[in-house]
Amino acid sequence: MIFHHPPLLHTSLGFFVLNYQFDWSVVTSGKYFDWLVSGLITTLKLSCISIVLAFILGLVIAIMRMSHSRPIRWIAHAYLEFYRNTPLLVQIFFWYFGSYKILPAVINDWLVSTNFEFAAGVIALTIYTSAFIAEDIRSGILSIPKEQMEAARSAGFSYLRSMQYIILPQAVRITIPPLVNQFLNLAKNSSLAMTIGVMEMTYQARQVESYTFKGFEAFTAATVVYLVLSIVITSLVNLYNEKVLNLHKAA
Amino acid sequence: MITFKGVHKWFKTLHVLNDINLHVTPGEVLVVCGPSGSGKSTLIRTINQLEPINQGELIVDGINLSDKKADINKLRAEIGFVFQQFNLYPHLSVINNITLAPIKIRKTPRAEAEKQAMALLERVGLAEKRDAYPLQLSGGQQQRVAIARGLAMKPRIMLFDEPTSALDPEMIGEVLAVMKDLALSGMTMVVVTHEMGFAREVAHRVVFMDHGAILEEAPPNEFFGNPKHERAQQFLRQLLTPMQCECP
Ligand SMILES: Nc1ncnc2c1ncn2[C@@H]1O[C@H](COP(=O)(O)OP(=O)(O)OP(=O)(O)O)[C@@H](O)[C@H]1O
Ligand SMILES: [Mg+2]
Repeated sequence: MIFHHPPLLHTSLGFFVLNYQFDWSVVTSGKYFDWLVSGLITTLKLSCISIVLAFILGLVIAIMRMSHSRPIRWIAHAYLEFYRNTPLLVQIFFWYFGSYKILPAVINDWLVSTNFEFAAGVIALTIYTSAFIAEDIRSGILSIPKEQMEAARSAGFSYLRSMQYIILPQAVRITIPPLVNQFLNLAKNSSLAMTIGVMEMTYQARQVESYTFKGFEAFTAATVVYLVLSIVITSLVNLYNEKVLNLHKAA
Repeated sequence: MITFKGVHKWFKTLHVLNDINLHVTPGEVLVVCGPSGSGKSTLIRTINQLEPINQGELIVDGINLSDKKADINKLRAEIGFVFQQFNLYPHLSVINNITLAPIKIRKTPRAEAEKQAMALLERVGLAEKRDAYPLQLSGGQQQRVAIARGLAMKPRIMLFDEPTSALDPEMIGEVLAVMKDLALSGMTMVVVTHEMGFAREVAHRVVFMDHGAILEEAPPNEFFGNPKHERAQQFLRQLLTPMQCECP
């Protein structure tokens, strides 16, 4: 397990020199372009895997949070408070530097043989994001009138089946816009994974900068990519809101 | 079919059901009426355990609800419940509202469940609405779908809690017609309603409640023609007066 030290900060001066020569070709073609693309792909992979896992975990926590059993509610509550109130960077370091000291050797060997930086990044981002998603889902569930649960129970569905077929489908529809917001946050937060050597977008921009001294171009490219990602996803949500949600509203 | 023996229920300190004794026989249509807050909803909701009872015995379709081993979900599947506010599932189309429970609980194959649902929609006069969503329907149409949804489980008992109270006057008739048709088919029904025309015409027995207790229990012509309890007389007077004012 190697911690990749980012190259030293020897290029920052470039920003302040007046006769700085812009050279956009370094980020639009060739090997550095390929680096940035592979960074983007890693960012997307990291974000997509984490958001799916965070959604599932968040759903479980949200349901635990509303359980009839006090200890289960308490565990869920503690989980939420803990992970929402500690810095993500600390959590990433914890999973990367701390976890292998407490995990069994077999799991460690396997993790190291795979891509441990990436796995630690996924774990940290998943857990951190799940805490926020759980609260979004919970308020979605609470916004469904209690009569829906009564109708479902009257039909003979158990509590969990009522949740599954009647409450959650409605709650998740309401929760989609905040969930997408969480996805965008996650995509941006995933840049912190560069600190443990995950070769995602920001990491690659940094690499390009240290090889070419073209920091302005490299980080402009990274910025544009994050922005475009946000805009595309936000437009998709707006489309969803128009097409799908309206179907269930009065004609 | 349904037997209450000395049933009591409290909400905190509020005594909402006070020594209820009642027996409903198979095929009987029982109408429950009484002033607001008298406990009618609570009474009907105990029958499918939406509200648990605190004291006494309640036996529904041969199952004692106080029995810890009683399978309440299974019992509820045998009882249709129609709410004042319809409570259709807004995220599902009409047909899926009706087929959800048969498919998921009774494990009816989808094709068959849809065929049965269409027959029910024909019966309530809404076949052309199969793919509409609940909020695209009028109140009367939603309530008829809700009745079809209840019937889709082939229930042995149907419960109605003020099924027409949330409807505009011109839609009440269409819902009552469906209920009357159902009563004539021999369904066991408990109906909380203030529709006295329906009670007179369809009910086998009328129960009058006040302050959580059953004060009077009689066949409709007796109850309407010659109410014994003073509070029932008062209730019927109040019920008739505003209605006469509304229709000059
Ligand atoms: N969940 C509850 N918690 C506390 N009190 C309740 C609850 N539900 C009902 N009550 C009270 O119990 C009493 C009986 O209510 P219930 O709804 O059974 O009356 P009702 O006869 O159906 O009245 P309405 O004609 O207005 O529907 C009322 O005083 C009501 O405020
Ligand atoms: Mg009521």
